[in-house]
Amino acid sequence: MCRSAGVIKGSYPRAVGGAPLVDALAFCGPWRYSFTMTIGKRDDEARSPLIFRLDPRSGVPTYLQLVHQVEHAIRLGYLVQGDRLPRLKDVVASLSINPNTVQKAYRHLEQEGLIGGRPGQGTFVLASPETVDLATLNALRKRLVDGWLRDATAAGLDDDGIAALFQSALRDFREGRKSRAASSRDGRASGRSAGGVA
Amino acid sequence: MNVLETFGLGVRYGQTWAVSDCTLAIPEGRIVALAGSNGAGKTTLLHCAVGLTEATCGTVGLLGDLPAGSLDALERIAFVAQDAPLYRHLSVNEMVEVAANLNRRFDRPFASARLRALDIPVKRRVGKLSGGQQAQLALTLALARHPHLLMLDEPLARLDPVARHDVMALVMTMAAEEGVSVVFSSHVVSELERVADYLVLMAQGRLQLVGPIEDILAEHTVLNGPADEAERVGEHLCVVHAEKAARRVQLLVRHDRPIETPIGWEVDAPSLDELVLAYLRDPSLVGRSGPVAVAATAAGELAQ
Repeated sequence: MCRSAGVIKGSYPRAVGGAPLVDALAFCGPWRYSFTMTIGKRDDEARSPLIFRLDPRSGVPTYLQLVHQVEHAIRLGYLVQGDRLPRLKDVVASLSINPNTVQKAYRHLEQEGLIGGRPGQGTFVLASPETVDLATLNALRKRLVDGWLRDATAAGLDDDGIAALFQSALRDFREGRKSRAASSRDGRASGRSAGGVA
Repeated sequence: MNVLETFGLGVRYGQTWAVSDCTLAIPEGRIVALAGSNGAGKTTLLHCAVGLTEATCGTVGLLGDLPAGSLDALERIAFVAQDAPLYRHLSVNEMVEVAANLNRRFDRPFASARLRALDIPVKRRVGKLSGGQQAQLALTLALARHPHLLMLDEPLARLDPVARHDVMALVMTMAAEEGVSVVFSSHVVSELERVADYLVLMAQGRLQLVGPIEDILAEHTVLNGPADEAERVGEHLCVVHAEKAARRVQLLVRHDRPIETPIGWEVDAPSLDELVLAYLRDPSLVGRSGPVAVAATAAGELAQ
């Protein structure tokens, strides 16, 4: 039975006693090298929409690359609540990386509350981030382009300058919000802190 | 439980010590990279662990406290030597048969299923297989014993990129599924980074670095600053490696707790590659004997 489901050229072990053990790569198909394969029903149920890839030159630790890819996929809606994440052994087999690295990434995502494990079933996406609908996004974008970006260009800022300014403003904005939140928790919320951000 | 433990291990071949003063304890569940230049003693250390070479002095214990080479230990470990030792004139099927008969524990269905998945022609003579196929066959025979500890001597040396990926993927899958601890030797550091989480670095028969890779990286920092301040800054730190350029100097330092950044200096985290290279370039750096030794060596280097 495992042959019908299987990986053909990829080479993965079958379990002791004949039960299908690993049908690795089935979830992501041609991964860097081409594998010919047919996907059985059993695999299809266990598949995840997510395909991990690694950039060895990025300098970002492997586990963080995995974390970022899950976050990214959730943010863009490739992964939605209830979707399955690739199984540990599948990730390990397709990327040939240390299982502890994958576990570390999944633990990190679990602590962030993004995913959760169901014993014996796998790991699933728990939360979808608040998404903004398309109309709102477009309106926001229009205000940015017609207003601020035009002014910044007119003032003589180049692309890097604009990006740097935006990053720095965003950071201040976030920090301002945080300190406001902290001060209101202390019961010292006042008009004074509200002015700081504007 | 420690899968491999040595205490004061030394091996002498004639006049030369291939391994000396080697004390380490590798915990269970790790993927250990045994790295070092050619002739650093990696193979000798592995052979000692398996019982193929007898220690001149010191002790080796496996999987708790089983003596190296004892039947109890041999049943729970698997070792694939550098040249993937196989009987070249036997067919693949006969090779499996031999392995099944020579081992008390051997999972025949596992072996044949895997060979089928690998598309290895079972009727062909072993000697006629490609290098990659021979390596896969040797690894399959080792894994069919379902070892607790798998030791591989230069498993990737003769393989093309696809075979490397497949061999490592299989080993990692077994680690994920059965919790096999793995020790593999290699002199290609970039190969280790994605796979290993524990490093044993050797030079001239001695241990240079031993520990979880994360910890080792966290214990090292790259400092970049003005060259004329190098001695003042380096004096209070354990400098592993110093590189001078015009007006600037770069120091790789080792520390047991976070260090303060000297004013006007930049700090950076070293990559594993960079770190291992720095140690390999200077075999006299013996990390284990403590920061003081490292500092003494490096101070001398800076003074020159």
